[in-house]
Amino acid sequence: MKLTLHIWRQKNASSPGKMVRYETDANEHMSFLEMLDVLNEGLIAKGEEPVAFDHDCREGICGSCGFVINGVAHGPLPSTTVCQLHMRHFKDGDELYLEPWRAAAFPVIKDLVVDRSAFDRIIAAGGYISVSTGSAVDANALPVRKKDSDMAMDAAQCIGCGACVAACPNASASLFLSAKMSHLGLLPQGQPERMERALNMVAAANEGLFGSCTNIGECEAVCPKGIRLEFIARMNRDFLKAAWTFRQERVESD
Amino acid sequence: MSAAATALTGKSAERFRFWDSPIGKKAVMAATGFILFGFVTGHMLGNLQIYLGPEKLDAYAEFLQQTKGLLWGARITLLICVALHVTAAIQLALLQKKARPQAYVKKTSAGSSYASRTMYWSGPILLAFIVFHLLHFTTGQAHPDFQHGAVYRNVVTGFQSAPASLFYIVAMLLLGAHLYHGIWSMFQSVGINHPKYTPVFKKLAALMAAVLVGGNVSIPVAVMTGLIR
Ligand code: HEM
Ligand code: FES
Repeated sequence: MKLTLHIWRQKNASSPGKMVRYETDANEHMSFLEMLDVLNEGLIAKGEEPVAFDHDCREGICGSCGFVINGVAHGPLPSTTVCQLHMRHFKDGDELYLEPWRAAAFPVIKDLVVDRSAFDRIIAAGGYISVSTGSAVDANALPVRKKDSDMAMDAAQCIGCGACVAACPNASASLFLSAKMSHLGLLPQGQPERMERALNMVAAANEGLFGSCTNIGECEAVCPKGIRLEFIARMNRDFLKAAWTFRQERVESD
Repeated sequence: MSAAATALTGKSAERFRFWDSPIGKKAVMAATGFILFGFVTGHMLGNLQIYLGPEKLDAYAEFLQQTKGLLWGARITLLICVALHVTAAIQLALLQKKARPQAYVKKTSAGSSYASRTMYWSGPILLAFIVFHLLHFTTGQAHPDFQHGAVYRNVVTGFQSAPASLFYIVAMLLLGAHLYHGIWSMFQSVGINHPKYTPVFKKLAALMAAVLVGGNVSIPVAVMTGLIR
């Protein structure tokens, strides 16, 4: 099949960038990234700069890949990362616009590659539990309700790809934040730090220049892992409770 | 925690609390939006008495004017609600501008309602409408022939102007859009979302939005078509 691609080309973080038109050939068995690999081989053969895009596992589990295809993060197929999106979902003659995630929090490094370390800073602010190292606790020592463990597992599906931020008209990271908070907050191991976690992760998202949620649901629609708006409500509940009731220990330093 | 400053307030993370955060502001918007929604519903029910004739409507208006405590209590509450709702809306809109400085060349909606994506448009136009509405029927400066206390007559003469009626009708459609999203969104904002109840909230939101648009729009339409004179 023949495709016309309009791809965002940006040399580095400080150059302006623009859409560039390419014609390419693909077959329906290729994944979207393989289609780009073929395009890049052609570009290299011609002595041009290949299109940079992020990828690693190419099996939909690592969260490295992702860009916007015709205005939809990860492309038109629901619950699918671009590496798992196959060309059979497109037709001969299609015209496709490929753009990087666009958010102040995710500066473009080159072409379709963005810097997502703002997510790492959010995780560092509270996306963890503290446990004593040493011999592992017996697996069944701590009972967990089946419903809670199921929901925690649903939340833990998040691979941190950033599609929620890319799709959100407000560039909010709420779906990501809420998945990480719910995944830990639904389990007994996540309880001791639950309040601090909510406060610190929300503050870190605001430091990272993510926007505010308007409950629109674009994030849920593009999430490759089916994370639901319900988790955002859980986060709101935790944060509001923490903000009202949290007692700050003041450490005097001088 | 890092010493970096947060975008909404410039405070460090240690001091970042309720109103500083988008979630706290949204909770305030939900609470004030809920009160405004309650008022809008009551206001419509009161106004529909226009169909019972001039005596009934004017007597109702007279009753409201007599109970000064209630009148001013309600006015002050509503004013505080609008002020908080609008302040949060402006601050979050500014944050939104900072968070997405460069727009997409091509953006397609993957699964949200038109009403939800236009909250930052329907809201400010509603604010302009509220100002006009007060000048029109409460204080009279925007009314061609205003008479204090003659509510029924003021409504009829007011809506005989086609541009005024049209503005009311458009504003009410926008209120419907605002509430089609707002009435279920306010639950989500304060942390209430459940597979059993959220679909009910969404249906309720659509129903209430339709009732409010229908009830309010019927009045200028009735005047324009001569049903009420
Ligand atoms: C009769 C007047 C109004 C009513 C009944 C009303 C009601 C509501 C409700 C129930 C919400 C949902 C809150 C939430 O999701 O937490 C909302 C959201 C919103 N309102 Fe209003 N509102 C009114 C006037 C206004 C005005 C005058 C403005 C702006 C100047 C405004 C701007 C907004 C915005 C921007 C949102 C979206 C906030 C968000 O989802 O983040 N509203 N409104
Ligand atoms: S490359 Fe790992 S999820 Fe797509």
